[in-house]
Amino acid sequence: MQDFSAAFGEGWRLMLALDPELIEIVALSLQVSLGAVALAALIGLPLGALLAVLRFPGRQGVIVFLNALMGLPPVVVGLSVYLLLSRAGPLGPLGLLYTPEAMIVAQTILVTPIIAALARQSVEDLKGEYEEQLTVLGVGPLAAVFTLLWDGRYSLITALLAGFGRAVAEVGAVIIVGGNIAHVTRVMTTTIALETSKGDLALAMGLGLILVSITIAVNALVGGLRLTAARSAYA
Amino acid sequence: MPELAGTADAALDAVDARAAAPRVLPIEARGIVLRRAGRTILDDVHVRIASHGITTLMGPNGAGKSMLLRVLAALVTPDAGQVNWSGAAPRRALRRALGFVFQKPVLLRRSALANIRYALRVAGHGRAQSLARAREALAFAGLTHLARSPARLLSGGEQQRLAIARALALEPEAIFLDEPTSNLDPASTAHIETLIREVTAAGRKVVLVTHDVGQARRLADEITFMHHGRIVENAPAATFFDAPASDAARAFLTGQIVL
Repeated sequence: MQDFSAAFGEGWRLMLALDPELIEIVALSLQVSLGAVALAALIGLPLGALLAVLRFPGRQGVIVFLNALMGLPPVVVGLSVYLLLSRAGPLGPLGLLYTPEAMIVAQTILVTPIIAALARQSVEDLKGEYEEQLTVLGVGPLAAVFTLLWDGRYSLITALLAGFGRAVAEVGAVIIVGGNIAHVTRVMTTTIALETSKGDLALAMGLGLILVSITIAVNALVGGLRLTAARSAYA
Repeated sequence: MPELAGTADAALDAVDARAAAPRVLPIEARGIVLRRAGRTILDDVHVRIASHGITTLMGPNGAGKSMLLRVLAALVTPDAGQVNWSGAAPRRALRRALGFVFQKPVLLRRSALANIRYALRVAGHGRAQSLARAREALAFAGLTHLARSPARLLSGGEQQRLAIARALALEPEAIFLDEPTSNLDPASTAHIETLIREVTAAGRKVVLVTHDVGQARRLADEITFMHHGRIVENAPAATFFDAPASDAARAFLTGQIVL
């Protein structure tokens, strides 16, 4: 217990002192996870929207599969990306293993199904409401997809935040493909995992506090968005 | 012969104007049959919508009025029969010539003004023009003061007026209104009925679905009375109200429950 309070105090001290090592780790974490969410949004939003709008044989199966992918275990994703990027792997020549780029790739794979599945759901709900109206206004299929995405913007932003929350908090994928190399691929979660086993509890605790703060901030943002949307009946 | 050339130009201009404003009338339906979940909702319906003025589709609940309107607007494909818009199968290029206002207005998650601008932008109007025409349409519906309000926070009557204004902004040749005043208070109903009269005064065809006999009396030029998925009467309003030909219409007009 004494360990805990000492580490807790030291963690606060590091955070408030803007310890350079801590800042570097937090910055890389944000860079990796935001990059992954941006990439996942580029793939997941159109994918989800298309899945909501198109009718094709096997569609229901694809949706079930996509929803299942939301629960993809990070370590399995990490392992798969590791095998792809390792020297002997098909993408080995790119030399991406143990770089922040590899971590972004791994988290993108993790987050894309979450964003696509949530986008599919909200676009499909909206489509049920808008379909006939858009038809009588003579809106073409492509314009209809953009309309549905724009009018579903609040729930889509919520989907992006959910993806970010998942990415920034996961450790399994980034530790395998990043390797927790100091000043290169160290992010909050990998540092916490490894510093704890090394006994440097202060740094781990400081990062833990920041991670929890980020989670709270993301959820507050989601709540605020919901409230804004409800106030203008845009939800 | 400059005069002759001028005449030819004028004739060409007239052709251009017609091409620019595609025609959807007459709307004709022949032998429409529609079945849903084992029930026959429309049973061999023939109808032709061409004349100016207000045609009212009337009948008890479940007579198939709203469904017929959707079939005529090519929103629902019938199980049998054929719908024609100005002599040919419905096509998307003619969509905007036929306005449609749903019983429960579908408004986009944007401001009142942006809802109308959206329809205009999709129809190919530029920024400035869409803004000017959207403002005009809002003024027509008496909603100018609510231009910036989120559309979905407007009252029921305001939402319905906005939906009508949005349909009219596209300057359709005909407009279909599916029970636009059900669930509205008398003041909102009166406001919308005034709008509908002004729409026909501007030369547009209105097809109005209602089961409100009073409203039909106030507005209709022509009555199409439906019962059990069939059109049982089609007559000028005066004739229909003075001397309904069918038992179902007589019973309906005298306020009996028509089953």
